[in-house]
Amino acid sequence: MDITRFTSKKFLVPGIISLVILVLLATMPLYGSLYSVILLTTILMFIILTVSWVMFSGPTGYLSLASSAFFGVGIYASALLLPNTGPVLPLLVVVFIGGIASGLVALGVGALTLRLRGIYFAIFTFGLVILILELLNWWEHTISHIRGRFVMLVGNDVIFYIMLAIFVVLMLTVYLIRRSKFGLALQSIGANEEAAAHRGINVTMVKVLIFALSAFFAGAAGAIWATKLTYIDPYVAFSVLFSFLPVLMAIFGGMGQLYGPVIGAAIFAYLQETLQTKFPYIYMLIFGIVLVIAILYLPNGLVGVIPRLVRRWRKGGAVKQNANT
Amino acid sequence: MPESIVTILDVVIGGLLLGGIYALIAMGLSLQYGVARVLNIAHGEFIMIAAFSTFTLYTVLGINPLVCLAIVGPIIFIIGYALHRTLFRQLSLKSPNPDAYAASSILATFGLLFIIQNLALMGWGADYRAYSYLNFGVDLGGAIFSANKLVILGFSVGIGVAFYLFLARSRIGKAIRSAAQDPTTAGLMGVNINQLLALCFGFGALMAGLAGVLISMRVPLNPAMGMQYTFIAIIVIVLGGLGSIPGSFIGGFILGIIGEVVTYFDPSLSLAAYYFLFMLLLLVRPKGIFGR
Repeated sequence: MDITRFTSKKFLVPGIISLVILVLLATMPLYGSLYSVILLTTILMFIILTVSWVMFSGPTGYLSLASSAFFGVGIYASALLLPNTGPVLPLLVVVFIGGIASGLVALGVGALTLRLRGIYFAIFTFGLVILILELLNWWEHTISHIRGRFVMLVGNDVIFYIMLAIFVVLMLTVYLIRRSKFGLALQSIGANEEAAAHRGINVTMVKVLIFALSAFFAGAAGAIWATKLTYIDPYVAFSVLFSFLPVLMAIFGGMGQLYGPVIGAAIFAYLQETLQTKFPYIYMLIFGIVLVIAILYLPNGLVGVIPRLVRRWRKGGAVKQNANT
Repeated sequence: MPESIVTILDVVIGGLLLGGIYALIAMGLSLQYGVARVLNIAHGEFIMIAAFSTFTLYTVLGINPLVCLAIVGPIIFIIGYALHRTLFRQLSLKSPNPDAYAASSILATFGLLFIIQNLALMGWGADYRAYSYLNFGVDLGGAIFSANKLVILGFSVGIGVAFYLFLARSRIGKAIRSAAQDPTTAGLMGVNINQLLALCFGFGALMAGLAGVLISMRVPLNPAMGMQYTFIAIIVIVLGGLGSIPGSFIGGFILGIIGEVVTYFDPSLSLAAYYFLFMLLLLVRPKGIFGR
């Protein structure tokens, strides 16, 4: 491998920026307040959900609304294996199992449904969330007679570090996939599925694998998120919001770049945390308006706007000769 | 008559009473999705807003809920029509292909869902509201059904049949059917396609509005009630075949009967049974029972 590839400016600048951000985040609990640690945990959770959604839906173009199903499976894995009466398995193992369980669900669902195209896939994945929610609700009411479950208390710093670790692994995975043959296969499926199949790509296999991989991260995040919630019932774990919020955050941030969904999720999660307790209805109202406006006027998201603004600012807004570059 | 046959009759009639509303809701969504190509996730929110408006008109001004059909319906129609002329028209202009339009319009209607639901929460609060209208029993050969349910069934069937005749016989109906088949060719044949699609979206909203007025007579109202009706409508239009208006109408009654049968055994499982049926149908026969 040619070492100069990694020392060139193209890799050095984003690499150093990522490293600085990572160090700042990792040392956060040392100098930040308790509130800022909890806030950052929430933001990281939304970033993980959003990036894992983009990981599948971005390149393939399949609109998945199953995020909340995968997230909820992770939450329930935690509720079953980490009850407040005493953990069955160590925390890290449970987080891993939460991810694996979600991945397996996605594997099964993907194998069944990824032949459905367009709108049918979106409807089906959303139906999946409701089906799991209703069945679980029925199970808890009539079979186990438990309305909700309590999860073991875990320190805020521990939750934060595990969330951060999932985030780092996710970003590395997404980055590596983008640069691999697998990523190329994904892109070609999104561009033209039939053509991709004719080029010898095992279309179904690639789609199902990436679907399961993205579900793994959502499930792992759900498993650790459960220890922050401490009380869980089916409506909390499988809230449909967790299916739609990642989509909105990704669209708002822009899906063309790796950092677009991260920025979109960070901004929205921050607004959610600060506004939701004070003005819950107005917050959700604004949320809806922003969603409509973002779809109408920000086709490439926030990160698509910035280069446009920078270009206009550099040219003083008057020169148009390089408008297409 | 033996006990078991009476029970079966009870369940079937109960299913038909429920199915009338389902049929109406599904016909509305079928128009919006089958012709205007917008899978309106906010469909149930139009129902909710209409139901709450009826509640206020009846309890504050004392206007008969059946008269409200003629007041609330047209207002919701205008809102739907205007929404398509502005929002969805812009979206379709900006979408590079039909798939992109389908995806972005779903997300836009999800935004609408948030907007409408939270406006209702600000206006009416999160508590359940209900009023009593025609709430007395009617004896139908031994089984007793409340009068308002029978009135609802009568009006839903009436509205459904009237609308079907409108589609089948009128000039606008003919244009709508041609646009459902092929919007581009319909446009070439002199149909004002933008106006027509907006009309269809408006008619879909009108159906939701009328259904909302009728629903308010029999169930307690809450700003979060819309979602379940949206899903029932989606299930019915898949059941009946996407874009088939008679399919939606009949599918509504089929789902109503299935719902009553499941409710007879375990009421808490009826929604789960709907979704299970729906997912099975998507996998086995995505064209729906009446799909071509």
